[in-house]
Amino acid sequence: MPKDPAIKKVLVIGSGPIIIGQAAEFDYAGTQACRTLKEEGIKVVLINSNPATIMTDAEMADRIYLEPLTLDFVIEVIKVERPDGLLPTLGGQVGLNMAEKLWEAGVLDKYNVRLLGTPVWAIKKAEDRKLFKELMEELQEPIPASAIVNSIEDALSTADKLTYPVIVRPAFTLGGTGGGVASRSEELEVIASKGLKLSPVNQLLIEQSVAGWKEIEYEVIRDAKDNCITICNMENIDPVGIHTGDSIVVAPSQTLSDVEHQTLRSASIRIIRALGIEGGCNIQYALHPNKLEYYVIEVNPRLSRSSALASKATGYPIARVATKVALGYSLDEITNSVTGSTSACFEPALDYVVVKIPRWPFDKFETAQRKLGSQMKATGEVMALGRNFESALLKGIRSLELDTQTLSMSELKTLTKEELFEALKYADDRRLWVIAEAFRRGISIREVEKATSINPFFLSKIANLVQWESKLAAAGSDRETLLMAKTLGFSDAQIAEFCQMTTLEVRALRKKYGIEAAFRMVDTCAGEFPAATPYYYSTYGEANELEVSEENKVIVIGSGPIRIGQGIEFDYCSVHSAWALQEAGASAVVINNNPETVSTDFDTSSTLFFEPLTDEEVLNVIEQEKPAGVLVQFGGQTAINLAKPLAEAGVTILGTSVSDMDLAEDREKFHHILQELQIPHPQGGTAMSVKGAEEIALELGFPVLVRPSYVLGGRAMEIVYNQGELRQYLTQAVKVSRQNPILVDRYILGREVEVDAVSDGRDVLIPGIMEHVEKAGIHSGDSSAVFPSRSLPQEVIEKILDYTSRLARRMQIKGMLNIQFVVQGLEVYVLEANPRSSRTVPFISKVLNTPLVKIATRIMLGQSLADQGYQPAGEKGYIYLAPEKITAVKMPVFSFAKLADVETSLGPEMKSTGEVLGLDTDPTKAMYKAFLAAGYDIPPQGTILATIADKDKAEALEILKGFHMLGYTIAATPGTAKMLQGEGVAAILVNKIKDGSPHVVDFIRQGKADLVINTLTRGKEPARDGFRIRRAAVEYGVACTTSLDTVRAILKVMESMIRVKSLQDYIGG
Amino acid sequence: MKGVLVLEDGTVFHGESCGKPGQTGGEVVFSTAMTGYQEVFTDPSFAGQIVALTYPLVGNYGISACYQEAARAAARGIIIKEEAVDISGGAKVKRLSQFLEENDLVGIKGVDTRTLTKHLRTHGTMRGIISTLETPVDVLVQMARELPLISEQKLTEQVSTADRYILPGSWPTVAVLDLGVKSNSIRTLSKLGCTVVVLPAYSTPGDIMAVEPDGLFISNGPGDPKSIPQVTETVRSLLGCLPMMGICMGHQILALALGADTYKMKFGHRGGNQPVKDLATGRVYITSQNHGFSIRPESLPHDTVVTHINLNDGTIEGIKHKHLPLFSVQFHPEGAPGPRDTTNLFIDFMRNMSLQGGGHCA
Repeated sequence: MPKDPAIKKVLVIGSGPIIIGQAAEFDYAGTQACRTLKEEGIKVVLINSNPATIMTDAEMADRIYLEPLTLDFVIEVIKVERPDGLLPTLGGQVGLNMAEKLWEAGVLDKYNVRLLGTPVWAIKKAEDRKLFKELMEELQEPIPASAIVNSIEDALSTADKLTYPVIVRPAFTLGGTGGGVASRSEELEVIASKGLKLSPVNQLLIEQSVAGWKEIEYEVIRDAKDNCITICNMENIDPVGIHTGDSIVVAPSQTLSDVEHQTLRSASIRIIRALGIEGGCNIQYALHPNKLEYYVIEVNPRLSRSSALASKATGYPIARVATKVALGYSLDEITNSVTGSTSACFEPALDYVVVKIPRWPFDKFETAQRKLGSQMKATGEVMALGRNFESALLKGIRSLELDTQTLSMSELKTLTKEELFEALKYADDRRLWVIAEAFRRGISIREVEKATSINPFFLSKIANLVQWESKLAAAGSDRETLLMAKTLGFSDAQIAEFCQMTTLEVRALRKKYGIEAAFRMVDTCAGEFPAATPYYYSTYGEANELEVSEENKVIVIGSGPIRIGQGIEFDYCSVHSAWALQEAGASAVVINNNPETVSTDFDTSSTLFFEPLTDEEVLNVIEQEKPAGVLVQFGGQTAINLAKPLAEAGVTILGTSVSDMDLAEDREKFHHILQELQIPHPQGGTAMSVKGAEEIALELGFPVLVRPSYVLGGRAMEIVYNQGELRQYLTQAVKVSRQNPILVDRYILGREVEVDAVSDGRDVLIPGIMEHVEKAGIHSGDSSAVFPSRSLPQEVIEKILDYTSRLARRMQIKGMLNIQFVVQGLEVYVLEANPRSSRTVPFISKVLNTPLVKIATRIMLGQSLADQGYQPAGEKGYIYLAPEKITAVKMPVFSFAKLADVETSLGPEMKSTGEVLGLDTDPTKAMYKAFLAAGYDIPPQGTILATIADKDKAEALEILKGFHMLGYTIAATPGTAKMLQGEGVAAILVNKIKDGSPHVVDFIRQGKADLVINTLTRGKEPARDGFRIRRAAVEYGVACTTSLDTVRAILKVMESMIRVKSLQDYIGG
Repeated sequence: MKGVLVLEDGTVFHGESCGKPGQTGGEVVFSTAMTGYQEVFTDPSFAGQIVALTYPLVGNYGISACYQEAARAAARGIIIKEEAVDISGGAKVKRLSQFLEENDLVGIKGVDTRTLTKHLRTHGTMRGIISTLETPVDVLVQMARELPLISEQKLTEQVSTADRYILPGSWPTVAVLDLGVKSNSIRTLSKLGCTVVVLPAYSTPGDIMAVEPDGLFISNGPGDPKSIPQVTETVRSLLGCLPMMGICMGHQILALALGADTYKMKFGHRGGNQPVKDLATGRVYITSQNHGFSIRPESLPHDTVVTHINLNDGTIEGIKHKHLPLFSVQFHPEGAPGPRDTTNLFIDFMRNMSLQGGGHCA
């Protein structure tokens, strides 16, 4: 059946901000869908609040709405645009839920919008636990015994019937939010009460636990003609019990016999048929480890994280094909874009092993509960391909960019055997390393299997790698040993460590032996047909298939896994850089390892290498591709970190030179330059001891900003207000020493301002100035930012522009430069400069309609700004662009609800996982939209719970008065309440925790507060009090902030919502 | 122990011995199936051939008695990348190495089977030798060139049952002409309630009709269908007498019996992901395949129609007679290994038998 000609305009709903459980994969799916729609000549209308995405680019859609993903806003878009169809299955759970809401509200019927691909009842049957259960029973597909409950009492009685342990799954939540395994009634009570609150329909599934079984997933596609294909099956190495997003996953399945595989495959086809899905679907099973018995665990009637993974693992463009199917094409009418000749109606055959490893944020959240369970905690993931499991695993580990690049983790070496067994039994993010450590200690595969329920097939592979570690140490480095080690995926650095050589010596030795990386193609057909798609991975000891073109090539280094501090923004930059290269006539070679992203879609670049981003692996590519140069400014810190080793190996780094980058990265050098240019900056010093730090702090005066000398993204950075706190920081948080120096800076309390500039070394393009809503001291990634700044005096603006252009020229920046300032009065201080693209570049590019990445890429290729039409006026040497009509507000989004025990208060260390944009011609409305999009659902009337530290009371008073005037009820703990009453503001008195129940936390739990304001008290109140208040707010879904600046912004927005004013108010009488 | 694979065009692949040491020769083919190595190694259609698996990890879940497609392995040898050492599945399963030894299979591992596959896809299937005996390569190349071609070999005898045997059931009675039948075809018929009578390949029409069948099932099997003209004759003489279903070589035999011609393909179809289009419904099914010969489209007589084609290369995947209850498919609806999307064809056969039982020519 060809495409339906009635569909001329299609609305695509994006997935909104990146949070745990919903990451870059939906940008990948959405982008592929938009491109496919455009290819079909269909007008694309897109709504997504996430400005860091490729899908919200002008090239991707005809009409882009960077608006909040709420029902009201989507309805408005539909009213204006009148699309013929709606694609609901590409925007993750957010998109799916929205489509359902639209349908329920009768909007789709009213405006004649057809739901494309997946019918509403299919969504309902897959998503609603009860309907799903009925459908499975009708199909005679086994599901674990379970019951749906709406209360804690029912949960408890159900669990008694099913016998513990039971799994709790709240309905309609992301990534299993609020779920868990309960082995006792007390545990169940806690999990169930949270789950009920988090489920939008107050519904829970209490389910018989099949923990320990194999967890297997299938990606299925069906078309309107009822043709069904399974793209890929995936086996979780971690058994059922650990969320699939937190599991190490291998594709294709490794331990399933054909009978087992076909049994599950046939079941998948029966299920997708029964659901009537026209498009893609993900089905998860629990399979008994030793007999042919299975349960269907979950069906996702949409594209998912797993489908992105399956797409990258097989080379099969699932989102593209699903989109075409939704438009009416049948699978046999679609061409396999990898081979270019065969049909898309087939099932990929792999001749390699794919390993996916999640990336967890516990390096940022040290207090977080690291144990893995049914609640997903990973922020991102990496994928690695190899011709054997071992090499895929080791490549995956290297791609994670952790402190360890190998199977050994130093912190585990001190564990006792008992502790090790405990760690095996209760998996956390270190489980892979715990298993390796167990083998190193001589614990048998059998014992590890018993403790972990991981299949011995996988365990033996890890044991093999551990054995090779000692084999290498003993055997040394003859050709055969070296070849075998490389074939198993060991890095040169690791071999060097075992053989007591240097990395360079190992590299030289293997070159002498002729042991070189060979690149193999991902072709969807295991070599059966010639393929046209240049998508490669490396291996050793085999033939090289790489066809190196004679074209002018440039390598773009990607940004690796999504993690806090390095999100999807950097993939946006990498992709745009690759496109800019192609537009400029160069061939773009992308190296990256993140399966969720657009950059790893094989048709984004000219050639894609799916590899770890280590100097060894990148050099392997460079040696064969022989590019004109490498771009390191777009892949975040990952790419920047590679600049130096690559340059040392003789590779040309395009744009700003490595030594010039060092001027910004090296603190001493940077300060030196600032002094030379007479640009103010906070005074500070480096301390090697506690005493040294104290001396510096006394000289500067408190508060001071302290951090270890070499850190990324504000890790372990803190503001300390007095001697006691400083000492505590230096002895507990970070151990200061000669090897581990500490930086102590004066902390300037002021407005934080940020600039992203592009320079060719002579002229500087400054696309506006962003102003942070929150005071300096909160990481820029966690601050809301207004763009362009609407409040800075002209004198300050000129200083900022002047400092920026002089710094860019002095550092000979050729490409991107991000500078952070703090403004106090009329004084402007430079805090830091990053010689690379920053996370704000995507949204600024969009708001200004200026392709910053493209301009920067062209500069790196040798063009000047003037060549590109950007001529500075006058002698200042800079071009200042600022949007006149619109204001954009960038607001961070957090995933605290998924991470138990994480401190939610904001500081110099970044904690947000994503961001949204509020866009309007009216700055207050832009702020309002940003709050809405970020999930602050504050009713026009309601209760505000305030617990304010003494130092903030005066400031808070004015704000709370404002809310009181608007008719809000204020509830407060005794100190704050007393202050309010003193000022004539009535306040409900709420007990502090120590005063006993019902106290503040109960108040929050009972749903009495609509907004919680909790400012931080340092060293007075028991630290846990504030922490418990904030956690309670997060866990019970109540908006909570620790920043009075944020609260002030909310107040301003709420004030603006009042439409009626007296004449006196208007004229100021 | 070192091993070597030498192809008739002089191409050499080095590896290590796996299975029985020694030397073996045959037509080298590749299969892209990612699961079901045991079913592949025991599929009688691989007689006379050395089979290379494109999926690099083999033996991961061991060998289980229930996955045999014949009592013994039929392939002449196997070529794999990596053999699993520690396996999944508990104590009941055997290791691949033990299976290979028990089946006297010579194999080679550590071979870059992707490069081999690309070679065969480009140059076509060819003869080759696996040796662990340190025979000089030029000698092995010569030996490979002297191996009989697949079409010249008498392979059916090696895999067909020597004696008739019966798997009791109820209605209908299906005569299975065993050209190298896979167990799962028999299992599938049995599960549908059939009484299955398995007959040697060279049974006469009289032998077949003697079991009073309601239908004739012509099985899969190794080699060139034209190398067993007596079987084609037998089938031809029974055309119109009873409903027939052919699979793989059975499909080619039926076509030959109807007057069509077959040819040897460049490298055939072997794997579990071949898309086949049912021309009557427009539906596409993913099928399991293992064949190196195919029907010439232009040779089909007027009373025979093509029912299925391969979506990748357009080759004939199924035919049926316009008037008589005869149909056959090139792919394997019984899977094993491979998808079960087309098991309905067995039901079609049952329907034909119920509409027109056997015995018309008895």
